[in-house]
Amino acid sequence: MRISREEVDYLCELARLTLSEQEAEALTSDLDEILNFAESIQSVDTTGVAPMSHVLSLQNVWRADRLRPSLPVASVLQNAPESVEQMFAVPGLLEEE
Amino acid sequence: MTSIDLGERDLFGWHEALAKGDVHPAELVQASLDRIAAVDEQVHAFLTVTRKEALQEAEQVDVTLSPLAGIPAAIKDNICTQNVPTTCASRMLHNFRPPYDATVIQRLRTAGAIAVGKTNMDEFAMGSSTEHSAFGVTRNPWDLGRVPGGSSGGSAAAVAAGEVPYALGSDTGGSIRQPAAYCGVVGLKPTYGRVSRYGLVAFASSLDQIGPITRTVAESALVMNAISGVDLHDSTSAPVEVPDFTATLTGEVRGLRIGIISEYMGEGIDPSVRQAVQQAIQTFERLGAEIVEVHLPTTKHALAVYYLIAPAEASSNLARYDGVRYGYRTPQAKSVVEMYKQTRDEGFGTEVKRRILLGTYVLSAGYYDAYYKRALQVRALMKQDFDRAFEHCDVLLSPTTPTPAFAFGEKTADPVTMYLNDLCTIPANLVGIPALSVPCGFTPEGLPIGLQLMAKAFDEATLFRAGDAYERAAGFTGRLPELAA
Repeated sequence: MRISREEVDYLCELARLTLSEQEAEALTSDLDEILNFAESIQSVDTTGVAPMSHVLSLQNVWRADRLRPSLPVASVLQNAPESVEQMFAVPGLLEEE
Repeated sequence: MTSIDLGERDLFGWHEALAKGDVHPAELVQASLDRIAAVDEQVHAFLTVTRKEALQEAEQVDVTLSPLAGIPAAIKDNICTQNVPTTCASRMLHNFRPPYDATVIQRLRTAGAIAVGKTNMDEFAMGSSTEHSAFGVTRNPWDLGRVPGGSSGGSAAAVAAGEVPYALGSDTGGSIRQPAAYCGVVGLKPTYGRVSRYGLVAFASSLDQIGPITRTVAESALVMNAISGVDLHDSTSAPVEVPDFTATLTGEVRGLRIGIISEYMGEGIDPSVRQAVQQAIQTFERLGAEIVEVHLPTTKHALAVYYLIAPAEASSNLARYDGVRYGYRTPQAKSVVEMYKQTRDEGFGTEVKRRILLGTYVLSAGYYDAYYKRALQVRALMKQDFDRAFEHCDVLLSPTTPTPAFAFGEKTADPVTMYLNDLCTIPANLVGIPALSVPCGFTPEGLPIGLQLMAKAFDEATLFRAGDAYERAAGFTGRLPELAA
């Protein structure tokens, strides 16, 4: 096994996911299979090859620092599950743990 | 009741009829809505139909605005449409109404195009069959027992079922081309950067592109004229001139060098697919193209590279779904962290969770170098392979998919089996080049087969010229399945 159930639990912590027992078991074996499949790339000689994170020749894109209209607050908040005045509202932060 | 059949003419024909006043835009929109009402219960290509808005726009539109003006279209449900639900076929966004239009939508509006609805897809565009939609599967109009492909399965099925003349999809590893092949229509993944991604819900940002699904190559070129070009809102959109893509459709491919990718003509390719593609090669030869054999040795790692890079990017992109600003929020949680975790557990489907966890794994300390960084290095080698190939050919040719459309449930049990569908389409995303799927025949059971053509970055014009010449000579495009209304 390339990946253990404990590692999957840890990944869930990192990715902020809770999984049912059944789903966690299934995903552990799926991830193992996918990682096995992906193992082929370990055989490629990549000495001195720069990693390519994107295909663009662009390095950076500049624009003039000018004010542009943005979305009205009301339209941004329209999708919020909960909002207070001009803010997104969430359950209490401080009482946890 | 209207008597218009949208299949009677192509986009050029409808534009002419509208311009002459023979047809009113409202009649076209009504024809589309009627067809949806007649067949979509079987096909389920649409998640939302914007009947009222579409009819209203049809009354007001100026048909001289552009060749697309007054003609209905369908939009994949991961492209933001102002105040119209944009769900990504996910429970997570079931109630999301974007406060703005994606750039492609703005451009279509400016062109006078009329959206009649949003199409089904695999959740967050992760899948190859549209079976991963949280809102039910889409069925292949050629055989309702089979998948339409994915993730843009709804868009491809809507065009194949005659519900709309064209649709927009998105393609991260084949999500436009593979469903186009399975549904017997034309699909283009443009060069990375050719079309703005602003307002496209992000899956894997270095790979995603929006593109058209149409019945013919010429129509694909026409839609690309409307949606291409640099955009202030997307810094990865390219400041490269956009030619009139329809101007290059000469039907002439004499002397064009077409490279046959030998890695995609052997093992793993269904015999019926191989045979149809071989016939397509002969057609190109007859038309005077020069056929050369090409080897792309690194493509054997393409799937592995893709299934490390795309989930890595996805795990980062999908971190935004936390139940705070939009979309689903669990009603249960008492603390913020509990809210994040429960919301994401209840909001995401299994395939999405699988990819988030895989991406989190390959980006985590200790595995980053062995998986993610190495995948990026192999990606660079793959780019070199393609650059070398394009030194002695103008277009690369392969099947679009290894098999024709498969039956529901056939590949859902094992994720890697499902991923193998993307074998031939993934390299174009990894190296950023444009790729087109054109119908090239049918299996003995009557299922469509797709031919894939790829060209150098920003050379869609050559792709369209080759694809158009081929489809005129081969005669497989424009055929639609018979669906009982």
